[in-house]
Amino acid sequence: MATKQTRALARTMMAPAVIVLFIWMIVPLVMTLWFSFQNYSLINPMMTGFAGWANYVYVIGDPSFTQALVNTLILVGGVLIITIVGGTFLALLLDQPIWGQGILRILVISPFFVMPPVAALIWKNGFMHPGYGMLGHLWKFFGLQPVDWFNQYPLFSVIVIVAWQWLPFATLILLTALQSLSEEQREAAEMDGANAANRFRYIILPHMARAITIVVLIQTIFLLGIFAEIRVTTGGGPGYASTNIAFLVFRTGILSNDIGAGSAGGVVAVIIANIVAIFLMRAVGKNLDA
Amino acid sequence: MARRVSVQTRIGFTVLAWAVALLLFSPILWTLLTAFKTEAEAIAAPPTFFPQNFTLENFEAVQDRSDYFKHAWNSIVVSVGSTLLGLIIAIPAAWSMAFAPSKRTKDILMWMLSTKMMPAVGVLIPIYLIFRDLRLLDTVHGLTLIMTLINLPIIVWMLYTYFKEIPVDILEAARMDGAELWNEIVHVLVPMAVPGIASTLLLNVILAWNEAFWTITLTSGRAGTLTAFISSFSSPQGLFLAKLSAASLLAIAPILLLGWFSQKQLVRGLTFGAVK
Repeated sequence: MATKQTRALARTMMAPAVIVLFIWMIVPLVMTLWFSFQNYSLINPMMTGFAGWANYVYVIGDPSFTQALVNTLILVGGVLIITIVGGTFLALLLDQPIWGQGILRILVISPFFVMPPVAALIWKNGFMHPGYGMLGHLWKFFGLQPVDWFNQYPLFSVIVIVAWQWLPFATLILLTALQSLSEEQREAAEMDGANAANRFRYIILPHMARAITIVVLIQTIFLLGIFAEIRVTTGGGPGYASTNIAFLVFRTGILSNDIGAGSAGGVVAVIIANIVAIFLMRAVGKNLDA
Repeated sequence: MARRVSVQTRIGFTVLAWAVALLLFSPILWTLLTAFKTEAEAIAAPPTFFPQNFTLENFEAVQDRSDYFKHAWNSIVVSVGSTLLGLIIAIPAAWSMAFAPSKRTKDILMWMLSTKMMPAVGVLIPIYLIFRDLRLLDTVHGLTLIMTLINLPIIVWMLYTYFKEIPVDILEAARMDGAELWNEIVHVLVPMAVPGIASTLLLNVILAWNEAFWTITLTSGRAGTLTAFISSFSSPQGLFLAKLSAASLLAIAPILLLGWFSQKQLVRGLTFGAVK
């Protein structure tokens, strides 16, 4: 169908996008790899030369790395569980015949449009501040001691904020999937005497499996790189209690000006993301082909 | 849609749904209300719900302290500029992938998607150093460039899924009628592609507006966008909750309105066309 000429044209038209993305992917990555084997500090210009594996030993050997890795997994896992379970519940609820569905959708989707630093600051000051936050008032109302969330439960507090931002996304996608389930199928199941639990287990859940997989994939991509929420609330602390891998690299490379060690951390972050991506792509690929 | 349910059930579900939705919306609602309170009232215990002394002074103070309009303008330039630049690069690519696919088209698309999976911190340090050496740190055009690159895969993907739904027969017919390639694009393809391009534009403006990694790490005073503007409020100084709320409201209001209009397109765009 396509002649040689149109094929050549198609390649030309694709070229800018492919070339630009290729450069964007390869050049900085190679530089990160190069820096990670160098002694390179912006504070101490005398320190130069090949470092071997020293930067990696320094970054991975430091206890902060293990903690950041564990924090990253807890953060991603925690937010995924909250948003998938909560999103499924909300989608089922919004799919019921209720009054004001249009307005409800708008209310529920809104947190997704709130930029991360605003979301974090609203929660930090308006809600979680022990002195004048809403939760503090609520605790006092019930005669309880207000909780200093970011000092006592730093990672949990970050998870709450991030889950609040991503719950609308999961809900919206799952709701869209739910609404494409045919009415006949549901009614048939109902006529056959399937109760609500069985209808959910055998009809609705299998139908939503694909959408759930997609939500997991897309959220994981974004959640691995959570940064602003940590930057404006806890600053990674206390200690390293709420530092994830992304924030650790920023801390080492930019805040401490240790380019070599920061780059080594960056390479590790890329490797982790790739491991996750391979698993996810495989799982999603299976689900998408079906 | 309309399942037969009793009125009681319907009321029950409606009450439950509204309670949950309002709970989720409450941080935004609370910010909206606090923005119009005086600082003293904002931290009063027990708290007031509606502002007792309705005031606009917080908005003035925020403009004086951090120059909201400058940051908002930077946000507009970066988000709209990067999206337009992305569209210019992506439209020809998506066009050829949708209408002249080769064996490798699927692979190229998957590869583009995989570049989104590269964590930003993996390339933060070289980009930071390159920007420092080229004097691109804290410039609007430098940030626009980065934003174009990070959203390009999504733009190509979205356009591809929209273009694929345009019937090829129509293009063939136009070609039979002797339309030149340029005419084919301008008179046949563009009118059919405009809705898809418009939703791609909208979604990517929203994504770029809310992007908070590169904007915070690569800019400060001069080219700071609204994400950087709001981050400057992260360390409290005296009485500031009402001012923070006013600043937050100013930062999210424009995109919240855009978002409400585009929520139908959102699902499709964010799932790369996998859920419609």
